[in-house]
Formats: sequence, C-alpha cells, structure tokens
Amino acid sequence: MAVGKVTFSKVEREKLAEVLWLLNWISVVTGTILFGLGLFLRVEIHKWQEVMSEQGILYVPDMLITTGLAACCINFFGGKICLDCADTNKFLRWKLVMMPYIICTFFFTSCVLAGALMCYGIRSQMEESLFMGLRNAMRYYKDTDTPGRCNLKRTVDLLQIQFQCCGNTGYRDWFHIQWISSRYLDMSSSAVVDRMRSNVEGKYLMDGVPFSCCSTFSPWPCIQHHLSTSSTQDKQSQQLNLWRRGCRQALLDHYTGIMQSIGLTVLLIWLFELLVLTGVRYLQTAMENVLRLGDPESESDGWILENSLAETARSNFNIIKNLGKCYQVDDDPNINVPTQVQVPVTSYFVPETRTKT
Amino acid sequence: MALLPVKFDLKKRVKLAQTVWFMYWFAVLAGVLVLSMGLFFKIELRKRSELMDNNESHFLPNLLILMGLIACSINVFGGKVCYDSLDPDKFAKWKPMLKTYLVFCVGFNALLLVTAVLCFLMRIPMQFTLAEGLRNGMRYYKDTDTPGRCYMKRTLDLMQIEFRCCGNDNYRDWFEIQWVSNRYLDFSSKEVKDRIGSNVDGQYLMDGVPFSCCNPSSPRPCIQAQMTNNTAHYSYDHYTEDLNVWKRGCREALLSYYGGMMNTIGALVILVTMLEASVTVGMQYVHSSLCNLANPEDPESESEGWLLEKTVKETFTDIMDKMKSMGKGIKVEEGEPAVETVS
Repeated sequence: MAVGKVTFSKVEREKLAEVLWLLNWISVVTGTILFGLGLFLRVEIHKWQEVMSEQGILYVPDMLITTGLAACCINFFGGKICLDCADTNKFLRWKLVMMPYIICTFFFTSCVLAGALMCYGIRSQMEESLFMGLRNAMRYYKDTDTPGRCNLKRTVDLLQIQFQCCGNTGYRDWFHIQWISSRYLDMSSSAVVDRMRSNVEGKYLMDGVPFSCCSTFSPWPCIQHHLSTSSTQDKQSQQLNLWRRGCRQALLDHYTGIMQSIGLTVLLIWLFELLVLTGVRYLQTAMENVLRLGDPESESDGWILENSLAETARSNFNIIKNLGKCYQVDDDPNINVPTQVQVPVTSYFVPETRTKT
Repeated sequence: MALLPVKFDLKKRVKLAQTVWFMYWFAVLAGVLVLSMGLFFKIELRKRSELMDNNESHFLPNLLILMGLIACSINVFGGKVCYDSLDPDKFAKWKPMLKTYLVFCVGFNALLLVTAVLCFLMRIPMQFTLAEGLRNGMRYYKDTDTPGRCYMKRTLDLMQIEFRCCGNDNYRDWFEIQWVSNRYLDFSSKEVKDRIGSNVDGQYLMDGVPFSCCNPSSPRPCIQAQMTNNTAHYSYDHYTEDLNVWKRGCREALLSYYGGMMNTIGALVILVTMLEASVTVGMQYVHSSLCNLANPEDPESESEGWLLEKTVKETFTDIMDKMKSMGKGIKVEEGEPAVETVS
C-alpha cells in the first residue's frame, strides 16, 4: 500500500516539472539567504568573542553557512534535473542520479532543521560562556601591559558603553576585583598599603567602578568612586547614575534576539525545502512509473513511499543486514563444512568395461 | 556656419533617439539620488541641531531637494519627448515647446553646477555655527532641570563618546565653565566656597572633565579630576599623557564629519551635472535633426543636426540684439501714451 499515492496525467507531470524548476531556483535564493544569515551571526559573535570563554558557539553559524552553500549547489543541480524531467527521453539520463539526489536533499533538509533547533537551544550554553568570559575579562581589565590581554580594557569599556551595562551581574562585581593596575598605585602611600592588606589576596579593592559604567541618562556628573558611602545624594537618586543592568544579561538578550529571528527564518526555509523535496519525490516516482508502463502519454502514479512505512523500514533494514553479510565470510553455509555424504568418486570415471552378465 | 554639425539618416536618428531616451531614464535616477541626498543631509542637520544652537542654515539641503524634484520632472518630460520623436505625428505636438525646454535645461544645468560649488563652500559658515553652538551647549551642560535644556547633557555626552572628542577646541574648554550643577554642590563645605570665591563670576570651576571625554584605549583608569595636578595621581604627567582623554576638539570632529559628507554630495552633484549636460546636448541634436529634414514631407530623408545654429559669437550677438529690441519695445510702449497726451 503506497504512502501518499497521487495519479498524474502527462500534462500534470509537465506542469509539476516546471513548477519544481521554479521552486528550485527560489530555493537557491533561500540557500544564499541561509548562507548570509550564517555569515552575519558569525560576524556578530566574532565582535564580542573576547568576552566569551568558549568558542564552541561558533558551530551554529558554521552549520548555517555550510548548509546554505549545500542548499545552493543541490538546488541549482535540482533545477536542471527537474526541467529535464518533463520529457521522458531526457529523464532517462538522470534516472540513476535521482535516488541519490533525493537522499542528499533529505539529508541536507534535516541539517537545516537541526540548524534551526540549534539556534533556539544554544541559550544556556551561551549564558555559561558569557558568565565565565566576562569574569575573566574583568579580572584582566587592569593587565594593559600583558601581551594578549592588553586590549581587554578597551573591549570591556566599549562593551559597557555600547550595551549600557556594568559588570557581570551588576555594578557591584567591580568591587570584588582589582581593576586598577599596580603600576598606577603609589605603594609608598599608607592608604594604599592598608587597603591591600585588608583582604586575604592582597588586592587593591575599592568601592568604585570604571568610567564606562556611567549612565548618560543621569542628570548629574557621574559618581564612580565611594559608591558605598551615601553622600549628599540619597539612595533613590543614586539609581540613575550608573548602568543598572549586568553585561551578561545585556549580551544574552542581544544574542538571543538575533538567534530567535534567525531560527524562525531558518524554520520557514526548512518548510519550503520540505515542500520542494516532496515535489521532487513525486516527480521521480511518477516518471519511473511512466517508464515501467512503457507509454509516455499515459497516466502514472506518484508516491512518497512504495510500501507502507513499516514495510519500507523492514526492507531497508534487511538491505543493510545483507550488505553487512557480504563481509562476513564465516556465516556462508557452503564453505568449510565437512561433507556428510560419501560420494563414490569412481562411478563417474570408470570406463564402461563391465559387461552385462 | 553651425556649431558641430552631424549628418543623420533615419537609422542614425532612431539610434540617437533611443540612446537619449535611455540616458534620460538614468538622469531620472540621478534626480532621485540628488533628492535623497538632500533629504539625508537635512535629517543629519536636524539630528544635531541642538549642538548648532538651533541656528543652522537649511538652505543647502532645501536647494538640493528642489533641484532633485526639478531634475526628475524635466527628465521624465525629456524622456517622453524622445520616445515620441520616433513618430513624426506625435513629435509634431512637442516641437513648438522644445526650444524653450532646451533653454530651461541649460539654465537648470548652470544652477546645478552652482549648487555643487555651494556644497564645497558650505563648510565655512558651518564652522562658525558649530563654534557658537558648542560653546552654548557646554554652558548649558549643567542645566538638567531647566526645561528646553534638560537634554543638553545627554546630547553632549553621547556626542563626545560617538565622535571621540572633548570640549570645543580641546579638553581645556571644560576648565573654563561650571559643568557641575549647583544642586549637587555642598555649599557648607569650605573647599566649595573657596573655589566659588576664587573667580569673578562666582562659578565653581575645576580642572576636571566629564566622563564622556575618557578614552577607553587608555592603559590606566580614566583621570577626570585634578587633571593639571601631577601630584594628585601616582606616576602621572599631564604634559605627556595623551591617551587619557580625547585630544581632539568636538568642533573639529563635527566639521570633518559634515565636511566629508558635503564633499561627497558635491562630487555626486557634479557627476549629475555632467550627465544632465550630455542629455541636453543629445536632446538638442534630436531636435535639430528632426527640424531640418531635407524633404519635410518624407520622414525617412536625411537631415543635419547641430549643437548651435550659428557660431557661438553669432548666437551671443543674436541674443544681445534680441534683448536690446525687447528693451526698446518696452520703452516705446511707455513713451507712446506720453506722446498722445502732448498732442
């Protein structure tokens, strides 16, 4: 019992081929869109890569880029095939290629779906990566003379200015680390030495934040130092002075927004590709049935699967098992088994000298 | 003796008309480009009109918008005429107005050239507008509670961060004004009272700058207060320290930004002028070749097209004579009633 059986007349087959040719060309365009989206995401992640601790997040845009390129090539090829399929003579050329082509398309369509799901699923991994990355970046903020880390101060400052955020979870994160390099601390001053002695690790901690935490919305000049002591301003009005949001939350929101829109677009592209795949499968089966019937003008059936899903699965499984059997010589019942019946060897080779008595 | 005469047969005439029609469509796009550049420039000026004391001149962007609209309309008209020139009946209805149209085109091209020159010259008045606007802006920096000026602080901070500049000419401009509002000064403190008493206007002046002047590329945390006091900070010399705050003045930064924009617009307008001049020349050839058919009844006969009917000198003297006779005609008309009354 075939799955999804539809009967096609000759005119319908030609129409289907033409429509599929057009859809394949549109698919090439969507493939380029996919490629572009992957490239865009890669560039966006690359911009703030210094504050992310692991680079594993890059496999999402890489997946989108490769799938987009594959989509362009496969659909370009498919457009050519579909145009030829309108005519039975030209179809003979492509007959052997059709099945592998459909399998490739099915495979890459599932890759597109995987790419879309990855976009939605990466949030927790990104949050972890941002937490560790920002913590390290803040720790190395003062190391402007260490090669490899000398640009971290600039990166963190620009991040805090652009995303209007301060610290990892909030501005208090800056109180727990030393963000002023020892090069600029007067070690002979008793105030400095006292402060450094006041904690276990000997760090110069202060209740102040860098200038990039200052909010531009604040109506008065920025107060970055002595934040724990309340001075002439009351605690209420202090809220407007610095950026309240943590940079981890800000970056997470930014990237989640981008990836959700990309994920939605990729899902729509996947649905479109699925449509094209179904159409190509119907065209392939219809053309093969026409060839089997022998009459190019007659009607033919097209289907998605020749037998029901269970039977197809079973037969495919048997094929795979038999493929495996080719390589397993020991199971062949005809080799290396001792003969159980003694065959008289002489009976065939003795010449006919015995006379009948 | 015509200027630059060219012989045309029917095939050549058709080819010329088609080419000129095609070029007219490009010219329509060029007109749209000029219009959009004018709009873009107007929006950019509006965005930062606070920094120019709301005093900036919108003359240039308005002129560009007007020129763009006129260019679009005359090019659409020219394209239609070119299209019709292939058909003698349709062309006959356009023939009488073509001469005035071409004269108008020449005038318009001259105006376009003037606009391009203006784009390059506009830098000079902008310099003064910016200097005045920035000076006032900095003075109102602290007035975050005065209606109408409460956003000046935010505007200036964002501008200094975006354009990477500090103050009007340089960061020392902030030393000469009070940029901390009195609301946030503790008047009971001796230090505050001394500072206010130390100058004639009674302003709280300090050798510090707002946080938006800070340079993120600096290797040390930003020093915004007591900038000229070397002893206030460890290992600090304000003469040699050049990464601490932005060195450039905001007037120079904004001027180079707008100047670059205007230079680009001016260059594009010159290119558009050249395109317009070439379509006008093409139209003149189409017009003259169709007007001088060897056999007026036969549309397929040969003809001659030219740029000017007579040489430049003769055309010029013709125009002068025409203007003189027009002037005389007016004078005679005025004189006649007087003659009548006398007799």
